[in-house]
Amino acid sequence: MTESPPPVVEMRGISLAFPGVKALQDVDFRLFPGEVHALMGENGAGKSTLIKTLTGVHTPDSGSVLLAGDAVAFSSPGEAQQAGISTVYQEVNLCANLTVAENILLGREPRKFGGIDFRAMRAKAAEVLARIGVHIDPASVLESHPIAVQQLVAIARAIAVDCRVLVLDEPTSSLDAGEVAELFRIMRVLRDEGVAILFVSHFLDQIYEISDRMTVLRNGALVGEHLTAEMDRRALISAMIGRELGTLEAIEDASERRDASGPVLVHAEGLGRRGAIAPFDLDIRAGEVVGLAGLLGSGRTEMARLLFGADKADSGRLLVDGTPLHLRGPRSAIAAGIAFCSEDRKGEGLVADLSIRDNLVLAMQAARGWSRPVPRKVKDSLVEKYLAALDIRPANPDALVRTLSGGNQQKVLLARWLVTEPRLLILDEPTRGIDIGAKAQIQQLVTNLAAEGTAVLFISAELEEVVRIADRIVVLRDRHKIAELDGGASIDEVVGLIAGEQVAERTAS
Amino acid sequence: MKNRLLWPLIALAALLVLNLVVTPSFFALRIQDGHLYGGLVDVLKNGAPTLLIALGMTLVIATRGIDLSVGAVAAIAGAVTCVHIGTSGDAGTAFAGMAIALVLCAVLGLWNGFLVAGLGIQPIVATLVLMTAGRGVAMLVTEGQIITVNNDPFRQVGAGFLILPISILISLAVLGLVALATRKTALGMLIEAVGVNPEASRLAGVRSRTIIWTVYVFAAVCAGIAGLMISSNVSAADANNAGLWIEMDAILAVVIGGTSLAGGRYSLTGTLLGALIIQTLTTTVYTIGVAPEVTLVFKAIVVITVCLVQAPKARAALSFRSRKVAVS
Repeated sequence: MTESPPPVVEMRGISLAFPGVKALQDVDFRLFPGEVHALMGENGAGKSTLIKTLTGVHTPDSGSVLLAGDAVAFSSPGEAQQAGISTVYQEVNLCANLTVAENILLGREPRKFGGIDFRAMRAKAAEVLARIGVHIDPASVLESHPIAVQQLVAIARAIAVDCRVLVLDEPTSSLDAGEVAELFRIMRVLRDEGVAILFVSHFLDQIYEISDRMTVLRNGALVGEHLTAEMDRRALISAMIGRELGTLEAIEDASERRDASGPVLVHAEGLGRRGAIAPFDLDIRAGEVVGLAGLLGSGRTEMARLLFGADKADSGRLLVDGTPLHLRGPRSAIAAGIAFCSEDRKGEGLVADLSIRDNLVLAMQAARGWSRPVPRKVKDSLVEKYLAALDIRPANPDALVRTLSGGNQQKVLLARWLVTEPRLLILDEPTRGIDIGAKAQIQQLVTNLAAEGTAVLFISAELEEVVRIADRIVVLRDRHKIAELDGGASIDEVVGLIAGEQVAERTAS
Repeated sequence: MKNRLLWPLIALAALLVLNLVVTPSFFALRIQDGHLYGGLVDVLKNGAPTLLIALGMTLVIATRGIDLSVGAVAAIAGAVTCVHIGTSGDAGTAFAGMAIALVLCAVLGLWNGFLVAGLGIQPIVATLVLMTAGRGVAMLVTEGQIITVNNDPFRQVGAGFLILPISILISLAVLGLVALATRKTALGMLIEAVGVNPEASRLAGVRSRTIIWTVYVFAAVCAGIAGLMISSNVSAADANNAGLWIEMDAILAVVIGGTSLAGGRYSLTGTLLGALIIQTLTTTVYTIGVAPEVTLVFKAIVVITVCLVQAPKARAALSFRSRKVAVS
């Protein structure tokens, strides 16, 4: 990477404040043609805000954006796209019911006699797909393809226009290893064509594999810009969180010292639901962390939802403290002391337009019924306690949850259940899409809860995390429970089971 | 919150000023036989049914719903009461008739709630059923006639005075009760939670269905009381025209008051302002002598203006322009 070509994007002294929050403070950012540039930082560091300032969603309070040397001020993402800045977001923002070709060319369909020229549209779409080496039928309906392919279609849509800058905001969070490799291949193709790629990911391995240069933000301010090759991981992590990490090691120790031989709290017997998960047996003991490992779609979330009563089981039964529990819905599970943090924070977890305070007490309030409001004093002391305990920022109970960063939203959701003092806490992907600092805090919290006697069912796509934190690991494959391993299992063993190898010697009975 | 109420307040003030300019006697109040009379009192008296229905509508809209059947329910309430009263003049019959009518309205609310919360039908479709069928029910009750009654206790509900018109006192009392019931208990917060994110609320253990059911019953009872006022004011039940299009006025009042049709956060004070704006507007049309043919057009223009100044896009455009002017 030489610095001879001028930067295609240059942002100078960008500052932006939201009510009560200084989101960006005097941030400089450069993006060169033909490079993959990683934007690094914890949640709430200002990554998304900076991207949205670049793509015209936000207008900066001060500072300037230069595109190929000319000052620009986009007032909408559409204008930014016309100028050659395309964005692909974490969640696929396409129309699932339209064809691949229609999605790629939506809003810029080739016209003929006042109508849409479908033949030309398919040809154009096929051409774009071929450019990134994706071979699917442009006339097929988008939702007939897996999420990973839909993501590639989103990229095809982004580059179908003359695209000089491609922004990829956490494109890999729902992809498996093979799909990530395919995405990286495409990114390299585009990079070699001279496209400047801005890449955001929480996976450090991916950053080091694909990026040429990185910019690190912390608390809305610029920490530094570095060539990836010159920045080692330890230095990067320190730069991102601004302190040395000792937390991860401490967690490992705790998991080894923990006594996980308490009484059986929850016992599932042949519990299952057709099309979701095959009947399974499962014991969860008080004070134990049970990890669920398996690929996306292996039935992890489905198992959790059955235990919580979010979906109704059509076979088997569930015993809590040895007493059968008839789960008619979440309310009966909550009454039995079971809590469930959904992986879909926005859709199934938080109430975005309500304040932190209201979100925090929602489950407690729901359990009490509408006629017995949680007294203001109790509310305030709970809110104060958990804002401090979980380090939720901003520490303003009246802030709307929608304005918080992903990691802080996750903490609010966790806090909502902690106030109900659950006996079994089911955490579905609690650390997905959040930064290292918040991740370590949540893992630490899980360890502490278990030490205090709470049972935790911990679901994560990151095997390393599951292996480190769990006393026992339940492995799922293709919607079947296939094994239980004790806490000393290695990642290799778990991977072997998931991959379908016969490693049965160490399975606990 | 204050910001959200600013524009409705300005709109109301502007309408009042317009009235003052056109008819200087508009603000004159006089006491006659212990009753307060005047233009403002008329606004309050005639606006009472709209306010009442708008209150119910506010809670329904906060849960992401809408209730189109309120006008028909109001007509049914009036019809049932008047048929029950018949030629009787005593208070007992009047109160019994009103009680029967309100219980019936609660049942109709249960029906709406069943369609929406029980069967999961879209609220606009679910309540459209009763909007059309309800007029038919009212016609059946009155056998297609306009039923007139001569019952003084009943007449008090819509036309009586206790210094102020009794109807507005009833509406304000209901407003006070709703405000207490939703803000002193957790009901308001749970209604908003269900409106913003029904699935998240369910998973947090909120009885979403019960809450949705409750607001539809409440809306129907409000509509019932409003129907009694309308019918009492003219001492007659008109199945076809009582409460006709009042659901539109009520929805407008809610929207003007700053509660979003997308559900979630709601403002009862906003609804009060909205209902007053709608009624002042109607009165203004008469007092400034707008020709009857263009009344609806005039109303529409005012409503569109208010909605426009509330729309984020229009406001952004306005502030952008003013900033530009300031710079240059």
